[in-house]
Amino acid sequence: MRAVDAILECLKAEGVDTVFGIPGGANLPTYDALYDGGIRHVLCRHEQGAGHAAEGYARASGRVGVALATSGPGATNLVTTIADAVMDSVPTVFITGQVRTDLLGTDGFQEADVSGITMPIVKHSIMIQDPREIPMAIHQAFHIARTGRPGPVLIDVPQDLSRAEINYEPVDEVNLPGYQPTVEGNAKQIRLAAKAMANARRPVIYAGGGVINADAAAELTELCRSDRFPVTCTLMGLGGYPAPDDQWLGMLGMHGTRTANYAMDEADLIVAVGARFDDRITGKLSEFAPRAKFIHIDVDPAEISKNVPAHIPIVGDAKKVLPKLTREYRALETDASRLEGWWQRIHQWQDKHPLRYDDSEDSEIKPQYMIQALYEATNGDAIITSDVGQHQMWAAQWYHFNKPRHWINSGGLGTMGVGLPFAMGAQVACPDKTVVAVAGDGSLQMNIQEMTTCVLDEIPVKVFVMNNGYLGMVRQWQELFWDKRYSGVDMKMTPDWVKLAEAYGAKGMRATDKGTLVDQMREAIETPGPVILDVHVTKEENCYPMIPAGQPAREMVG
Amino acid sequence: MGRFAGVMGEPGTKEVFNLADLEAAGGIHTGRRHILTMLVENKPGVLARVAGLFSRRGFNIDTLAVGPTDDPMLSRMTLTLDGALHPIDQVTKQLHKLVNVIKIRDLEPAEAVARELALFKVAADSETRGQVMQFAEIFRGNVIDVSKRSITIEVTGTDDKIEAFEQVIRPFGLIEMVRTGEIAISRGRSAT
Ligand SMILES: Cc1ncc(C[n+]2csc(CCOP(=O)(O)OP(=O)(O)O)c2C)c(N)n1
Ligand SMILES: [Mg+2]
Repeated sequence: MRAVDAILECLKAEGVDTVFGIPGGANLPTYDALYDGGIRHVLCRHEQGAGHAAEGYARASGRVGVALATSGPGATNLVTTIADAVMDSVPTVFITGQVRTDLLGTDGFQEADVSGITMPIVKHSIMIQDPREIPMAIHQAFHIARTGRPGPVLIDVPQDLSRAEINYEPVDEVNLPGYQPTVEGNAKQIRLAAKAMANARRPVIYAGGGVINADAAAELTELCRSDRFPVTCTLMGLGGYPAPDDQWLGMLGMHGTRTANYAMDEADLIVAVGARFDDRITGKLSEFAPRAKFIHIDVDPAEISKNVPAHIPIVGDAKKVLPKLTREYRALETDASRLEGWWQRIHQWQDKHPLRYDDSEDSEIKPQYMIQALYEATNGDAIITSDVGQHQMWAAQWYHFNKPRHWINSGGLGTMGVGLPFAMGAQVACPDKTVVAVAGDGSLQMNIQEMTTCVLDEIPVKVFVMNNGYLGMVRQWQELFWDKRYSGVDMKMTPDWVKLAEAYGAKGMRATDKGTLVDQMREAIETPGPVILDVHVTKEENCYPMIPAGQPAREMVG
Repeated sequence: MGRFAGVMGEPGTKEVFNLADLEAAGGIHTGRRHILTMLVENKPGVLARVAGLFSRRGFNIDTLAVGPTDDPMLSRMTLTLDGALHPIDQVTKQLHKLVNVIKIRDLEPAEAVARELALFKVAADSETRGQVMQFAEIFRGNVIDVSKRSITIEVTGTDDKIEAFEQVIRPFGLIEMVRTGEIAISRGRSAT
């Protein structure tokens, strides 16, 4: 059969039901195979949209997301997506067409060295050199994308090779001598960690996106509840522990709660699970958690001791390691009363510094209230995606995520414009869920073209625009740290979102009164098909609390 | 009260566990020079991946030598870097993440023999040529080219030896020097 037909066979063998993409000259053969290949193809309107949709699909379901693009500009349009997927460890496979082998290296029409361009941002990439390699390459790509620390894998397929006839035989085993993730966790280290936890007087469990990726939310919760361990999650880890709850400190980091950040600051033992001590978490590294010893559990050994030296490193998959740690800890039969003083201290912070805002005295919609209304309108049960900016931080703070894979955002790369395509992919993966994109009025313009895709493919995402007329997060920084010299942040004009929705064939709605907001949101959710709800919020509201960049947690403002 | 509150060790033993005694394991600067030897798949782009990783992460390589091995599917890369500038464990762990890297070893100096080849082109006329050749002999170098006003010498050895030779030869007028970068192999019967 043709190599491209083998590609489809391999995709099906990997359980792929949907791919997102855009055709072009170099991947024409792939599209010919897709014509009656038995896999749903969602034709996107921009390769970036296709790539983020594949990410949204993967983030919501845990299955590998797949996007296709042609050579040259098609492939380069995927670059932001691939970088986004590597930063947040999203299992994705990108299959790009490449010019014919006889044109390679000649600056042929639509030639771009996409494997070279993406080398620093892929987990792995495979440049096909012989059509017979294709089936194995596809299976290797899926294996690498989904195992260990997940990530994006790129396969670049020259057009002539994709049309070649090959002798296809199903591949049932991939053998990669240089790729053997460690998943079990060292038993001695786990025992040592349990002892350290039993000896800690001021412990904090700090969980990140790795817990979500490992599908280890239940296992994390078990560990936290094996004693009264205070727990905090990163932006990527939200939903990894059911919030709110007695042991829940809230999110930590730049826009986390004071309680979570202060607890990290005073902790004597920090148990990091699938988290990577990003600068948005640590603030000033040299003053980060100065009294703490660190247990660091991560499937990627290179994360351990990268930013903060670990005292007890444990390389392994959270899903495997956490139950063992819980068992070891329980066996020690410790006395929870030793944590009494620590909880008193934590309760003081919680009482003194709850997450708060001043609500309006009239009908004006405060952005924080918008998220509270969203929580109410969805019973806290929707899949929420977001763009990047203030709205993202407010959504993280105020929508109390209590389940994994319900909060989908761009944490590591901070990519504006992901909200709509993430929602699109999440909705395809989870057709029975309500999926709401909390969009920034700036960000949404970056991938708005995917409204067409949602309308045509009947992907009923609800886009709730937090309309503040500003590139709000940048405005906030200019207000706070640049003497209010607003430079390039007032958008002056954004499209009429209602008309724009209608132009795309979707429903458009507008909300300007907090009294009717919840009802309008419910109406939008109950409306079949995609909807844009334009929510006018306070224009110059700031997102607090906040650790100014490069400052220690102690210096939180607001 | 449960069985253990506060300091404790292995149940049923006298071992005492103290949180304060835990020491950081990793991310440490050793302060010495390291030789990393790696087996990588002999495929296009592998060198670019390794080199790209170094530049992206801000790791400084002192030397890099690449060549075939006894197995045509594999190449050997040997690189040296300064453990005062980087935590070597972070470097090796990042390299391990490259799928095409099969094996990495941070060779302990005592467990390995390392050699480098260098070519020195030295200004030498009939007057000084004898002296230069004498030095070459002391360092067990070979003369591989001679012209009226220059002489080219090949020296093999550890990087210390090559640097020492450079020192003695420099006053004569060093026109050019080319070095391969060190390669190394473990001592004894077992494979590196
Ligand atoms: C692609 C991209 N470009 C620029 C930025 C820098 N940036 C971060 S937040 C932000 C403002 C986003 O504005 P909006 O989407 O309206 O969200 P708001 O902060 O107003 O809620 C900008 C420009 C970014 N994160 N991503
Ligand atoms: Mg805005």
